Amino acid sequence: MYNTKYVIAGLVVFLALFTSPFWLNMGKASYQRPELALPADAKECIEPVDYMRAEHMQILDTWRDQALREGKRTYVATDGKVWNVSLQNTCMKCHANKADFCDKCHTTNSVNVYCWDCHVEPKGNQ
Amino acid sequence: MKRSRRQFLKVASLSVLGLSAQLAGGAIVSAAEAPAYQPNEGGLKAGRWAMVIDTRGFETAADFEACIKACHQYHNVPNIPNNQEVKWLWTDKYEYVFPDDVNEHLSESVRSRDYFVLCNHCENPPCVRVCPTKATYKKPDGIVTMDYHRCIGCRFCMAGCPYGARSFNFANPRRYLDMGAINAEYPTRMMGVVEKCTFCVERLAKGQLPLCVEASEGRILFGDLSDPESEVRKALAENFTIRRKPSLGTQPGVYYII
Repeated sequence: MYNTKYVIAGLVVFLALFTSPFWLNMGKASYQRPELALPADAKECIEPVDYMRAEHMQILDTWRDQALREGKRTYVATDGKVWNVSLQNTCMKCHANKADFCDKCHTTNSVNVYCWDCHVEPKGNQ
Repeated sequence: MKRSRRQFLKVASLSVLGLSAQLAGGAIVSAAEAPAYQPNEGGLKAGRWAMVIDTRGFETAADFEACIKACHQYHNVPNIPNNQEVKWLWTDKYEYVFPDDVNEHLSESVRSRDYFVLCNHCENPPCVRVCPTKATYKKPDGIVTMDYHRCIGCRFCMAGCPYGARSFNFANPRRYLDMGAINAEYPTRMMGVVEKCTFCVERLAKGQLPLCVEASEGRILFGDLSDPESEVRKALAENFTIRRKPSLGTQPGVYYII
């Protein structure tokens, strides 16, 4: 092989850089799902918890289009319950603790949402 | 046992038929269970929403103030004290509101009065045509409204609107709002988006009339232009009305009784 020493040295540097996240995180605590402040006076969300955890962003996106563009502001959930399609007036009424519900998860997962640039964040932080 | 090709095809086609019937049945069941979106039950509906403003009833600044305050307070419209103001409902002089119609010898009362100005919710809205992101759009009931999530602030709509009915947020509007006293039911806007009057589309969905109509004590009428029995059609039939800049062909939905 030509230029063996350069190639080997280059490969070693490359591998070190490529695997650096693993080395840097070694010995650190593993990912913990943050402890969220759940609504005090509501037991169930509009849909099951697992579904909401995975799909809430898609639901909000669909809600926006349905309410604004289609004029359909009533949501009939899979269990037949009826909800007003509104982030500010439905979601945030129960999830009144933005700092300990929304922010905790979003911060842990480095997700920057800009919902509250316009929507008024709830005042009640129980 | 030896199976002929004919037998094999019979069994195979029957199984495929049964399988697809089961799948189709499952699809129908899951479609019935899927969440559904519906219009609000008590919402107001119309073929074409329109507004008739009886300008004879508005004389002093206080007459206008009640309506403007009701609108701007509910919709969290900031009061910005410079030429970058944001406005949904405001007033202007006759010669600026109806520039096509200026007559040197107009009656003094018509010339000196102020006139309400707001988005005209045109039949042929130029703002909708020029919006590159479809952030502004016309609903089937004639209301021209906005999806602020999608506005990129290019201001083509402001250039397209011949009525100057749109405002641009040059700064974060929350800087000019009393955040302790805002209406928590309605969002604010952010820097870099265009905003305007929406004919209170969110209130119509709840079965309520627009705020300026409620605050006007009968001097602003609101109703369905496609219904000959509606209040607005009766007012239009009984009074002489004009619209802003009719020569442009945008067919405004706001009529003025002079």
